Amino acid sequence: MEVQKTALYNYHKGLGAKFVSFAGYEMPIQYKDGIVKEHISTRSYAGFFDVSHMGQFFLEGDETLADALEKIIPADLKSLKLNHSKYSFLLNNEGGIIDDLIITKTSKGFCIILNAACKENDVKQIEKFLNKDHKYFLDNDLSLIALQGPKAVEILEKLVPGVSNLKFMTGDNFEFDNKNLYITRSGYTGEDGFEISIPNDKVEKLISFLKENKVNAVGLGARDTLRLEAGLCLYGHDLNEKINPIEANLKWAIAKRRREEGGFNGWEKIKKLIENGSEKKRVGILPDGRVIARENTKIFSESGEEIGLITSGTFGPSVNAPVAMGYINTKYTEIGTKIHLEIRGKKHGGKVSELPFFKKSYVK
Amino acid sequence: MSEKKFSKKHEWVSLDGDTATVGITKHATEMLGDIVFVEVPEPGKSVEKDGQAAVVESTKAASDVYSPISGEILEGNKSIVDDPGNVNSDPEGVSWFFKIKVKDKSEFDTLMNKADYDKFCAENPS
Repeated sequence: MEVQKTALYNYHKGLGAKFVSFAGYEMPIQYKDGIVKEHISTRSYAGFFDVSHMGQFFLEGDETLADALEKIIPADLKSLKLNHSKYSFLLNNEGGIIDDLIITKTSKGFCIILNAACKENDVKQIEKFLNKDHKYFLDNDLSLIALQGPKAVEILEKLVPGVSNLKFMTGDNFEFDNKNLYITRSGYTGEDGFEISIPNDKVEKLISFLKENKVNAVGLGARDTLRLEAGLCLYGHDLNEKINPIEANLKWAIAKRRREEGGFNGWEKIKKLIENGSEKKRVGILPDGRVIARENTKIFSESGEEIGLITSGTFGPSVNAPVAMGYINTKYTEIGTKIHLEIRGKKHGGKVSELPFFKKSYVK
Repeated sequence: MSEKKFSKKHEWVSLDGDTATVGITKHATEMLGDIVFVEVPEPGKSVEKDGQAAVVESTKAASDVYSPISGEILEGNKSIVDDPGNVNSDPEGVSWFFKIKVKDKSEFDTLMNKADYDKFCAENPS
């Protein structure tokens, strides 16, 4: 498959980005300042992220569309209000997570933001439940820019008046340079901010404005450290088709009505897990000292029993310490439980921690 | 301090009598990005030429640091363990990784000089 590039590829190049191949796209992993500075400036001021590799999947149809989507998505889509968004996932028959996503109710139907690596398969999985009256398309003519950080609202309000009225996980249509933008107050860093869906031919104009306002570009490297500090999952690492939402500690993302009524892929299994608990659970892990517990680090109990595996681990620049997430035997998930981490053949201390590691500051 | 010599794995060495000081090059730190964790060897440990001796981790990944020269570790630099960011700011100065009592000084002569190392880096961009 040919390597894909976002509309901003040359712009990133001009900023001195280092690129990495990610989900078939050449994406900036960092710019000249490096991951730590990009991370810190996002938390103290604002940063923008080109996340145009993610799928922007639009569905249109009558009221049967929500019924169809509810068979594979366990959110309460029937009562989702116009311009409101929910974090949810696509489930397989075993209750495993095919992808995690954000779904927003639009005037014509729904818009779903999908992970880049999963989007083609996601469409195939969703398609199975649709009928001929439902229209759907992955829109490749749109870029997606995340603007994140405490100054995001003040800066974007200057360019797009009215965005400051949005509450966390809601969106609306706005006009910019005679084109329609769809902006949601959301993101994946734990900071206040926005995701801006914008035509490819207008994205450089938006970015120039952000640069004039001293907002720097942030690469996938800092996106990863930011989301991990915020306790958010990365699909393909913390989530996959063999992991269900109960193990992933994402029960909150299954709507109450859906938990009771069911009618979605894997419900029987998930219902049992809710009643009886799961064998393992996703938890935060804080290694002692400065040693970093990366993905696939084995976790042991204090008595030496192997009890789990790290799925994401890095150094958290705002926490100023290493942070990690992983799955461990439910017996050991109490906050503060001491564990051992096997790193380069040596056992290091650590403990089970609350998530997030860094307090979120969403505007609700 | 004698002249610095360089390895293909991006370590530098300087020799003073039979004591060598080893660190990672500026080029290496630029490739690694922000350094957030360092592990240095304990005194007394013996290392072989090109053998793994220390660990450096950036926000991106963990990498091994090899000893370009054989001998016995005299000292690891605790100040970079406590403050790994110092490796980014002064990799070829105060932020050395370890000192080593050299077994065979002729190994030092087989390493690259500064000009050859710069050429090597230019020819092998990562």
